[in-house]
Order: sequence, then C-alpha cells, then structure tokens
Amino acid sequence: MITEDDVRHVAMLARLHLTADETSRMAGELAKILRHIDKMSELDISDVPPTAHVLDLTNVLRADKAQPSLPRHEALKNAPAVTDDCFRVPRMS
Amino acid sequence: MTAGRDDKRADWEPVIGLEVHVELNTQTKMFCGCAVSFGDPPNTHTCPVCLAHPGALPVVNERAVEYATRIALALGCRMAPVSIFHRKNYFYPDLPKAYQISQYDEPLAVDGRFEYWVGDDKLSCRINRVHMEEDAAKLIHAGGETGRIAGSDHSMVDFNRGGTPLIEIVTEPDIPSSEAAREFLNQLRGMVQELGVSDVNMEEGQIRWDANISVRRVGSGELGTRTELKNMNSFRFLQQALEAEIPRQIAVLEAGGRIDQETLHFDPDTGATTPLRSKEEAHDYRYFPEPDLVPLVMDEAFVERVRASLPELPEARVERFMAAYGLPRYDAGVLGSSGPLARFFEQAARSGVDAKLLANWTMGEYLAHVNAAGIEPGKGHVTAERLARLVKLVETGTVSSSGAKDVFQLMIDERGEPEQIVEKHGLAQVSDAGELAAVVAKVVAEHPAQVEQYRAGKQQVAGFFVGRVMQATQGRANPKLVNELVRKALAG
Amino acid sequence: MPGGGVDPLRLTAREAKRMLVEGEVSAAELMKVYLDQIERVEDKVKAFILVTADNAARYATEIDREAGASRGALAGMPTAIKDNMVTEGVVTTCASKILADYQPVYTATAVRKLWGDHVVTLGKTNLDEFAMGSSTENSGFFTTHNPWDLATVPGGSSGGSAAAVAAGEALWGVGSDTGGSIRQPASLCGIVGMKPTYGAVSRYGLVAFASSLDQIGPLTRSVYDCALLLSRIVGRDPHDSTSVRLPTEIELPKATTLDGLRFGVPREYLATGVQPGVRERFDETLMLIERLGGAVEEMSLPHTEYALPAYYIIAPAEASANLARFDGVRYGYRSAHADDLIEMYERTRGEGFGPEVKRRIMIGTYALSSGYYEAYYGQAQKVRTLVRRDFAEAFSTYDLIVSPTSPTVAFRIGERAADPLSMYMSDICTIPVNLAGLPAVSIPCGLADGLPVGFQLIGPAFSENRVLNAAHALEQAIGFTALPTFKDTTGKGEEA
Repeated sequence: MITEDDVRHVAMLARLHLTADETSRMAGELAKILRHIDKMSELDISDVPPTAHVLDLTNVLRADKAQPSLPRHEALKNAPAVTDDCFRVPRMS
Repeated sequence: MTAGRDDKRADWEPVIGLEVHVELNTQTKMFCGCAVSFGDPPNTHTCPVCLAHPGALPVVNERAVEYATRIALALGCRMAPVSIFHRKNYFYPDLPKAYQISQYDEPLAVDGRFEYWVGDDKLSCRINRVHMEEDAAKLIHAGGETGRIAGSDHSMVDFNRGGTPLIEIVTEPDIPSSEAAREFLNQLRGMVQELGVSDVNMEEGQIRWDANISVRRVGSGELGTRTELKNMNSFRFLQQALEAEIPRQIAVLEAGGRIDQETLHFDPDTGATTPLRSKEEAHDYRYFPEPDLVPLVMDEAFVERVRASLPELPEARVERFMAAYGLPRYDAGVLGSSGPLARFFEQAARSGVDAKLLANWTMGEYLAHVNAAGIEPGKGHVTAERLARLVKLVETGTVSSSGAKDVFQLMIDERGEPEQIVEKHGLAQVSDAGELAAVVAKVVAEHPAQVEQYRAGKQQVAGFFVGRVMQATQGRANPKLVNELVRKALAG
Repeated sequence: MPGGGVDPLRLTAREAKRMLVEGEVSAAELMKVYLDQIERVEDKVKAFILVTADNAARYATEIDREAGASRGALAGMPTAIKDNMVTEGVVTTCASKILADYQPVYTATAVRKLWGDHVVTLGKTNLDEFAMGSSTENSGFFTTHNPWDLATVPGGSSGGSAAAVAAGEALWGVGSDTGGSIRQPASLCGIVGMKPTYGAVSRYGLVAFASSLDQIGPLTRSVYDCALLLSRIVGRDPHDSTSVRLPTEIELPKATTLDGLRFGVPREYLATGVQPGVRERFDETLMLIERLGGAVEEMSLPHTEYALPAYYIIAPAEASANLARFDGVRYGYRSAHADDLIEMYERTRGEGFGPEVKRRIMIGTYALSSGYYEAYYGQAQKVRTLVRRDFAEAFSTYDLIVSPTSPTVAFRIGERAADPLSMYMSDICTIPVNLAGLPAVSIPCGLADGLPVGFQLIGPAFSENRVLNAAHALEQAIGFTALPTFKDTTGKGEEA
C-alpha cells in the first residue's frame, strides 16, 4: 500500500533525510499504521461536517498596538550561524 | 472592445490575470505585536511569534481585518459570512514556521469587480477573491556577483518584514492587453492608496504582483494554457514582460507546439522571461485549517461601518466630475484621479467660475507649476481661491488668456493677488469698443490691399488685421472683440 | 523520616501550603526535602532532564525573606515542569536532540503564572520526544523508570513529571496531554493527573504537538492539590487565540458524596485488552460510587473504535506542520554535514529527530499530501464530529462518564517499543476525550499485581468543578495510601 518511493517522496516533502534502512523500515511501519487508520473509511459520513475547532469561539482579535520586540541579541542568541546581524543559511543555489 | 489590444496581431488575443499583493500600513504585524517597519537594522523587530520559536502562537491584528475589508468593499466584493485561515506548508528560509498562515477555500471576500480606464475606454475586470496572509522575511543572497540565488554561496535572513500583513487580490483572467494590465495596476494602486490602507510604495515592495498569461485565437472563448510571470517590480517591467511573452506564446502555438504551464522569471536587464529552474517539484502545499486561529464571522454592523468610512474612490469621483461639472472624460480623469488635486479643483469650483475654463487652467498652468515646484496641489501661494479669481478675470474678459498667463507667473513671483498684479503691471485687457474701433479703423485704412483680398473672398485675411490690432495695442486688446470689430469694419 | 517530619512521598500541596503559611516549615527546608529525595532516588528513576538545584535553593531562601502578603499564592511549593514548556533562562529540550541546547527567549504563560505565584522550580522533567509517545521511552536522551517497579515505564508522554511526583522528587508538577499524556502516566504512577477542557489553560509556550488537542494540566498527589494548581493556571491569555475564560472559577473540592450523580460506563472502553486486574479494580470502584450515592449504568459511545484512527491522522498531521519550524535556521541543532540548504534541512531533521517523531511527521505529511487530504484528514475531522456528538448525547443523560484510564498497568520497558501500533493502543480510553476537548481526571483506585490502576472521570466541557468534586469524594472513599517501593524486577521476567 505504501511503497519505498512513496516514503522517499513524503520524506522529501518533510525535509527528512532517511537512510536506506530507515526508508525500508518506515515503509513497513507506515503501511501497518495506515492499515489500522483505514478503519475510518468504513464509515459513510459524507454529510457529517468536519470539526476544525472544538471551541465555539470566533473573532478573537488583537488591537493594532505595537509591543516591544526582542532585543536583537536575544533574537540571534540561538542562531546556529550569524552574518551581519542576519541568520545565515548555506547556499540555496 | 478594442481597448489597448496589442496591435501586433489581430487574430490572437492575450488573456491576462493578475495576483496582486499589498502590504498594509498597520502599526503591527499580522499575527504579533511587532512594529511594521521599513529600512531598520536587521532583526530588530522580531518576537517569538514572528521568529517561530517553539510554543509561539498567532493572534490576528484587528486593523488588518478592517483594512482588508476596506479593500474588499472598495472592489465591490461579497464579504464571506465566515472565513478561516489555513496553513500553507513549504520550506524556505524566509518562512520561519515552514508554513504561511493564509486563507484558502474560505477567504475573506469574493466576487468583486474593478473598473478602470484605458484611454477613452472603460474596462471591467472581475475580482475572484481578496484574502489575508502574512509576508515572508527578507532574504539576501551573498557571495555571488549578482545578488541573486544563482552563484551565491550563502544567504542571510532578516525577519523584520516577516509577518507584515499582506492582502492578496486575485483577478479573473479578464485583462485583454499588456497596456490594460499596466493601467489596471496603476489605477488599482491609486485606489488602494486613497483607501489609506497601504503606502503602496513599489520600491519598498509594498505592492507586488504576478501575472498569468495565455493567448487564444480571437473569438475562441476558450482559455489556453497559461504561464506565470514573476519578478516584475515596476509597471514598465510588467508591460515589457507581457510584450515579450505574448508573441512567444503565439509563435509556439502557430508552430503547432504546446505551451508548458510553467513559471517564468522576468529579467529586467535583458527584458526576457526565462523559466525558473528549480530543483524541487511543484509545491504540494498540504493546506489544512489553521488550528491556532478561530473563524472570522463578518458582523453586518462592522461591514456597514467600514463601508461608510470608505473615502470617495477615484473612479466614482471621476464620474461625478463629469456629471457635476460637465467635464469631458479626459479632464475629469486628470482632475479626479488624485485626491489632493481633486480637492483643489473642487474648492476653486465653489467660486462659481466656469468649470471648463477652470479645468483647463488647473490641468495646464497650475499642474505644470506644482509639478515643477515639487509641491502638493493645494499647497503654496496659488491657493484654490486665488486661481479661481484669476480664472474669473479671464472669464469676464478683464484679462486675455495670454495676459493671464503672465499674471499667473507674476502672482507666484511677487506673492501677490491676481487683481492687484493686473493693475500693477497694466495687464488689463482693452475692451472698450470705441477705443478699439478707432484702432481697427486705422489699421484697415493702412492696408487697402488686404481689404480687397478679404472682400474678394479670402476670409482668413481677417486674421492679419486682428494681428495688427493686437500689435498696435501691445497684445492687450480683447481678441474676441477685435475679431468682431475687424469683421464689421471689413464688411464695410 | 526526612527533615522536619516531612515525607516527600506523602506530603500534599494542601498540607505543604498550610505548613508554609503557618511557619511550620520554611521554603528552604521544604526545598531541601525534595532535593534530598532527588539525590536519593533520581539515578534510579531518572525523571529529570535538568534539575535546577542551585536556583531552587537560592529562590526558596529568597521566598523565606518575603513577608506574608507579598508572597505568592503558591509560595515555596517545589514544582516539576515538563520539558516541553519554554522557560526563559532554563534550557528547554522537549527531550529532543534537535533542541538539546535551546535557550528560550520567553516563558510559557502557564509557567509564568506559577512563577508569579512563587513556586520553586525543581527542574524540567523527561518526556517522550515532543510529547509523542505513551511510555517516555521515546525521549531522545534516556528513559524514565516507574518508581513502583523500575523495570516498567512511567507512562507517557509526561512520564518524567508523573514519576517525579510519585517518587517524592516533587510536591507536584505540570504536564501536557494530547491523547492521554497526563492521565495515562498518572494512572501508571499511582497519582492524580488532569487534562482540563480544551482552551482552559493557555498553550502559549507549550511546544506544540497537536494544536487542536494539546492542553497543560496538573500531576499531583491528591485531587484537592490538582484543583489548587489548576485554579492558578487557567484563564484567557491574549497570546493564545484558542484560550478562554472559564465560565465559573475552579473550586477547591469539598464533596463527600456522589448523591444524585449519574455515571455512564461506555462499554466500548471495556471491550479491548483491559487487563483482568485493572478490570477488577475498576469494577470495585464502580461499586464504591454506588455506595456513595451515585447511579452507575453501562452505556455506549458508538464511534469509539474510530477515535484512535482519527487521532492518529489528526495529531500527526498537525504535528508535521508544527515541527516543520525545526529546520536549523534560527535556533536548535544544525547538521554539520551539509553543503547546501536542502541538505542542511534534511540532515538537521534526520539527525535531530528520533524515530517515533519521524514516523509521525511522515504519517502527518502523507495524510495531508496531494490527493490524500479528503480520505485521511478530511475523514478524521468528520469522525471527530461523531465522537463529539457521542459525548454530547451521553452527557444529556449522564453527569459523568467513567472508565479505566489505561487498559493495563505499567508495562515493561522495551516491551512495546518494537511495535508502535501496540504502543498507540495504550491511549484507547484517553484519546476520545482530547478529540472532544473535554475535561478528564485520573485518580488511583488500587493496585493490580503491585502496580497502580487509574480510574478516569470525564465531564462535559467546562465542568471542571463537577469532575473534581466527584473525583475528590471518590478519592476519599478509595483511600489509596500505597507508596512506590522502588523495587526493580529487571531480568526477573513478567511479574506473576
């Protein structure tokens, strides 16, 4: 039901590097879990509305008033790499 | 409809849609209280929310909703009774959560319409939707020569911009030419500016757009495969890009080929569009409803309040000027499109002076003056009231139009009043019929040959006499009156 | 008996508060009792990722200097905090290598409230990595051991906090519950654990696992303590759009009877895999309810069997998006083995996340991916509606719904780790409650094979007071006084 190609594709979407070993194991584990999850498809519930929120809350809004931002050194303090006060990332090309 | 159709081909027509993003000028970001800013040192306007720290949560900016509603109502959209936010998932360094909080199949507003002018033609473009989302951070590519990704060896992220409220306006593919696209954008931008919800400064990227373009044979009615054009950051570039892409598509189709649905990147240096070479496949955004935010329910009272607060929009004002002042479309367009000039004109018009004459003067001398002086209409020595009085002098014949031009300039130079300037510099037009008749008689007597020519049928010779009379009076004679008197005298 | 006659394994927060207020014990003395216990048993239990001993001792001393009125409502109470709540100044790891050195830049609202009440933080407790698990074996650092039998799991994902409280290493603690992660460890460790109504406690600063299911809640030695702690952390938070003000304030429970209350027992919760010993303790407790004046009736929550599959789509789907921010760009671990951005993303996340987290991210991503949304996520959201309706329907007849918290007592470390699906089944009685967003508490109701059994009470939304009062009355009647012995049956095979 879920092939190693599927696993590789999903891992790419999730930016997760899996070893060859992990990939083949993952295919088996996911297949088993998905088989169990498939139980849901037994139900014919096309006219049941989905629940996106359990609360009946609506219109929670915030006044447009500036709050203090983090001092820059705080914003950068966990950064793995910093250049010119910016977060540095490896080449994107 | 012939409006602005690219004259290049009469058998093919372009079909253009636009996706426009507008950054709002709220105080704070869409989902956190950091200040919206431009040009400040990097990473000085961030917080756990817009840096996507673990455990951080978004909270919707009330004013952003109001501003988005303003735009939607100004575009004649239907406000959705309920709208929700969705997560749009993808990985990019300028997207700290690795998802953008946006709106998907339940957006804020749908089904609007924007009317705009291309030359003398009024066009209408349907608006598919208006929705809210957050802007990405700023990415700077370094280590290469061009500042673009290609050739760079690292990149840097400044999160100041990340989270700024962004409104997306999506049109239907109703735009019929590259010129129309340019006009659409220009006028849409003007409208958004008048709404006061964004400074729409293009250099700062506060208004951005992508274009979707396909072509079809005229009369076909079907939609061809479209390409998406990105990275055109001026109206000129938009038009250029479209003018490059339209013939390209036509050529491909005429040669029997197919258009690939791809994204093309516009290069302002070469003026060409090239496919974006990307290592990744097309994005699978895996949209799902944002669980950290609750639905927005549109309250009728709120919508009416926003609607009532809408300023008069340029298009409505232009129409009103045409009706109220009997102005032709062109004049109404120049005077009515921009708020400050429109207000100036209306204030001057309250004096009751002839509207068309006032319009000519406002569009002509006045506009040239404020542009040259770099001041906003309404500012400076030439107030609406002063201009109105000057135009009145022309209307009553107190001063001739060419004389009035001198008065205008002197008024500015000497910071004087128009009547005073006329008096001081003796620029009053001579309108005494008796006085002028004497001059006319003299000139006619001096040029019998021309009199003969006139009486023989060369009517235009009258002009010669008028000219001579004007000369004799140092240009101060009332030309209309002179004309009348000359013809009377020549008629004998 | 340790210092001043205080037994850390028995002392309740109620009693501790009284002693502190009346000056019978100082905050520093009380802190020392718990730090000593940590020293005594922590290398066996391993409940803590980080013990903040020096800070705790220093802070307790400061509190002692504060005069009465300026002392917070919970001044001096030694508290354990699950390490998935950010605490400024204290590293917060979520038991993951990807956050091993992460220094928070702010503090979770619920924790800030406790700090505002002057609790003394003992440290950050162990959990299944990013709260994904039911045994704490998925911690990226080490496994916590159940003080009742060190060869068994404390449950999860709040296993560290539960074990710490059970082991007398903390007076009480806070955990988080997404599918049972407070209640199930409370059950396995013989203590009280509660998940409040969704929205009752702010999630700001709780590292998100499944946004529509997560809630913070107390792990305590008594129901009264649970109500006390809960009352201090509930409330609308402007930083959390999904948080609400409770319609009524949390009361400290006083009930002694269950007169007039109707209790429903869903037959579906007893259908699969409930251990005989657990079933016996559960049935005995039902009889106790009747003796206290309550009416007990078997009933049905018909869509229960679909709740687990729905949860195992919804939770991983939300988690896959919530964990995407761990990409090595702004904080946390970044792989050194990467030449370009995409490789950096993939290796950082591949190396930083443990196997269970990766599994769930994969399931979640798959369930949301193009072509699968309706069949999986869409379907699961509809099942969720049915589960909610089942409960709503039930609560029109019953005041409370009860069940065993966990179908089994604590299982052996390693027993289920090889089969993720069997691990997921531990939560069969707790998951539906999260899907419906309801309040539920687990209280110990006895031992089976020497290990604690938990009894769960579920109420309608915002019925915390009803749930806590009933639980309190029942707790008094049960009279559970057993204490963990720290025995270790490792290598002795299955307990007879």
